[in-house]
Amino acid sequence: MIRLKVNGVERSFEGDADMPLLWYLRDHLGLTGTKFGCGEALCGSCTVHQNGQAVRSCALPMSALNGAEIVTIEGLSKNGTHPVQKAWIAMNVPQCGYCQAGQIMQAAALLKRTPSPTDEEIERAMAGNICRCGTYQRIRAAIKAAARESA
Amino acid sequence: MNTNTIENVSRRKFLRGMFSTGALVLGVHFFPEALWAAVRKPLFGPDVKDTTFNPNLFVGINRDGTITIVAHRSEMGTGIRTSLPRVLADELDADWTRVKLQQGIGDARYGSQNTDGSHSIREFFDVMREMGGAARLMLVRAAAQRWKVSPDECETRNSMVIHTASGRKLSYGELASAAAKLPVPQKQELQFKPSARWRYIGKSAPMYDLAGVCTGKPLYGLDTNLDGMVYASVEHPPVLGGQVKSYDDAEARRVKGVLRTIQIPTFKPPYAFQALGGVAVVADNTWAALKGRQKLKVEWDNGPNASYNSGEYRKMLQDTARKPGKVVRNEGDVDAVFAKGGKIIEAEYYTPHLAHAPMEPPNAVADYRDGKVTIWAPTQNPQAAQDAVAGALGIKKENVICHVTLLGGAFGRKSMQDYIVEAALLSKEVGKPVKVTWRREDDIKFDYYHSVAAMYMKAALDDSGKPTAWLQRSVFPSLMTTFDANTMYGAPLELGMGWNDIPYSIPNLRVENGPAKAHVRIGWLRSVANIYHAYAVQSFSDELAHVAQRDPVEYLLDLIGPPRIIDLKSIGYWNYNGNAEQYPIDTSRLRKVVEMAAEQAGWGKRKFGKGSGLGIAAHRSFLTYVATVVEVEVSDKGEVKIPRVDTVVDAGLVVNPEVVRNQFEGAAVFGTSVTRTGEITATNGAIDQSNFHNYPVARMNDAPYYTKVTLVESTAPPAGVGEPGVPPFVPAMCNAIFAATGKRIRELPLSKHSLSA
Repeated sequence: MIRLKVNGVERSFEGDADMPLLWYLRDHLGLTGTKFGCGEALCGSCTVHQNGQAVRSCALPMSALNGAEIVTIEGLSKNGTHPVQKAWIAMNVPQCGYCQAGQIMQAAALLKRTPSPTDEEIERAMAGNICRCGTYQRIRAAIKAAARESA
Repeated sequence: MNTNTIENVSRRKFLRGMFSTGALVLGVHFFPEALWAAVRKPLFGPDVKDTTFNPNLFVGINRDGTITIVAHRSEMGTGIRTSLPRVLADELDADWTRVKLQQGIGDARYGSQNTDGSHSIREFFDVMREMGGAARLMLVRAAAQRWKVSPDECETRNSMVIHTASGRKLSYGELASAAAKLPVPQKQELQFKPSARWRYIGKSAPMYDLAGVCTGKPLYGLDTNLDGMVYASVEHPPVLGGQVKSYDDAEARRVKGVLRTIQIPTFKPPYAFQALGGVAVVADNTWAALKGRQKLKVEWDNGPNASYNSGEYRKMLQDTARKPGKVVRNEGDVDAVFAKGGKIIEAEYYTPHLAHAPMEPPNAVADYRDGKVTIWAPTQNPQAAQDAVAGALGIKKENVICHVTLLGGAFGRKSMQDYIVEAALLSKEVGKPVKVTWRREDDIKFDYYHSVAAMYMKAALDDSGKPTAWLQRSVFPSLMTTFDANTMYGAPLELGMGWNDIPYSIPNLRVENGPAKAHVRIGWLRSVANIYHAYAVQSFSDELAHVAQRDPVEYLLDLIGPPRIIDLKSIGYWNYNGNAEQYPIDTSRLRKVVEMAAEQAGWGKRKFGKGSGLGIAAHRSFLTYVATVVEVEVSDKGEVKIPRVDTVVDAGLVVNPEVVRNQFEGAAVFGTSVTRTGEITATNGAIDQSNFHNYPVARMNDAPYYTKVTLVESTAPPAGVGEPGVPPFVPAMCNAIFAATGKRIRELPLSKHSLSA
């Protein structure tokens, strides 16, 4: 049995230990805010926090998560009040919005580690998150705005 | 309740749909009860029908003052779900903060719901105003009756009717019950607000779903979850039209959670929106279905397309492009000019197939019971989904209810309904709701691809370097092969996308198109044929400017020629189904965006060192005029950065400027993907690419650092904004690379070229 915490709630899992975290979140827990994009850790749509680090849940098997603390977009803040979410809303970042939960989780992890990132640091941190609508310049601007607000 | 109709607006040319000829019937008061009874779980908001006052299909007002507006077009990131209801809300003088949107199910009475071709605003702008205006007039009349005054003495503001003289006020909620008893006005009774009094039209507003998106709410197709639902994933024939010879599912069925496998028959041509066929694995969760698929052993009969190799096919297209083709526009006599000799320039361009790759892969939920099926799907065209599902199941269209979720990107892919048909077929077989999920690999390998194209260009230049004759010929498999495999030439709508509508002032001009057969499914991709046509025309224009030793901007303006209206009625130019009087080809507007983009980019004023430079391109598509200047920096190693893009857009009247700027910023990134790495190839009929490692799309570090979008203030009727940004970006970037390196990119993508110094 695998025991883990998801958004602060203790959970146990007895299914297929090969199952990636993504499908456990989506199909078992109904936490569909975390998105499926590629299944190969290539696009970042499925990004969540594992013990505070941004990870790709589509390629992270449940077998590796005993004792892990997972935070998803649903658990990032109450009512979308995380500085990154507020900046995303203020800058009208999303178009279709599908990748944005992953982008927000990635950006939140970046700012935790690097509160005032440079352009290069932002690009390095965000290069794994694809937005097919092409909202990158607003993402960059929103990360900077969130950094200013948190400072 | 009164059942007066507003009018059948289908008679008005302005409202003709892009691909549909279906009639709009807007006066119908209510949906039949039966239809609504079948709606088990609307994803969005309350029903208009349940409101106190609902004068038409699009709006309902409750006693508590909440206003429900139907968004009947699909939201895939263009903001249309917000922008069209705001047009209605403006004419209604509604308090937007009290508006709830309800996403319309597939229903022909809304008119076209086919959300592609960048035509939602222009097709429904007037309709929305009529819907809002009719409701407002009824509320005013209800208030006037209550006050025993003339309606002319009343005005409206922010969901209130006000008696101007006395200052008395009644809210729309207070008036809803009384208004519901009044007859619906005739259209000629409506008085529209002058544009100076618009409160929402032309003013930026955030997307309705913004907060939900940023907090991970279940809004998308893939988020749909029904009680008792099972999960399926389909192993498709690797080659288009292939068949299952035999399959062994013993190991697949041993995977924990796998329930069963089901064979789906291969379509009978033409494939249209039918299911591809193959073997589905059904399981009690998505992962088990995917794992089960890996354990399937399928033997395929690959069929006639197994001989398709994109490398050989490319040579064939290019050979065809060098030979005379079908003439689709002819002015003067290019042959006579070419025969005289002088300075003759030829160039060939090539663009490969592209995949859409929306971030949300195709998926759908279907629930079949008792001869009826209810669908929840990210679809651009719910009515086409109804047709496709009805055809596949042999049931009537009205027995297919199609809910539209948010679309996690689409770019044309979700205009094609094959993945929805799969869910419906499987639900019927399983007897439970079924969610079908395509893996990214399925999405890339089994797309309806943007067409591969070869273009041949030839021009004769006079002593000043100006073309006296211009010949252009394109060859590509038509997207109409989707519906008729024997189609060999481009359809009028494809040839009318930047090809036979070339807006140049050249005395001798011939436009041709050569034949090509399709071996993969062809589909609409954002901007469609404009991408390859604009790439060839705008690259060749830049080539000629350099041959002529002229400034590319001045040369481009000379090619466009003097301000004038270009009349192409004689060649049956389709003009995106826009009325030629309302939406002429107006070269003054094209000139203006070129001049503004050059000015904004500092063209001719900035000095660039080795490896840096600017490129320009201009293109009219979807009735919108766009000019784009791209700045590139190419390192000695050949790495390309895009520090800045300047785009100037004349899209006529703009409803939501912020959303439109977002579209053009995004188009620059989409264009970056096309230019840098977009390429789908095939070996023995099977697609070579599968996921983002071998079908890369632009990431933050590849994308333009900054794109400045300027919207031309215009009172011209509204035009398209979702697509017109991509076509000029691609050649502008290639022209910038030439300016920076002297290397001319005649074949996409850039990843095939070495730009190292």
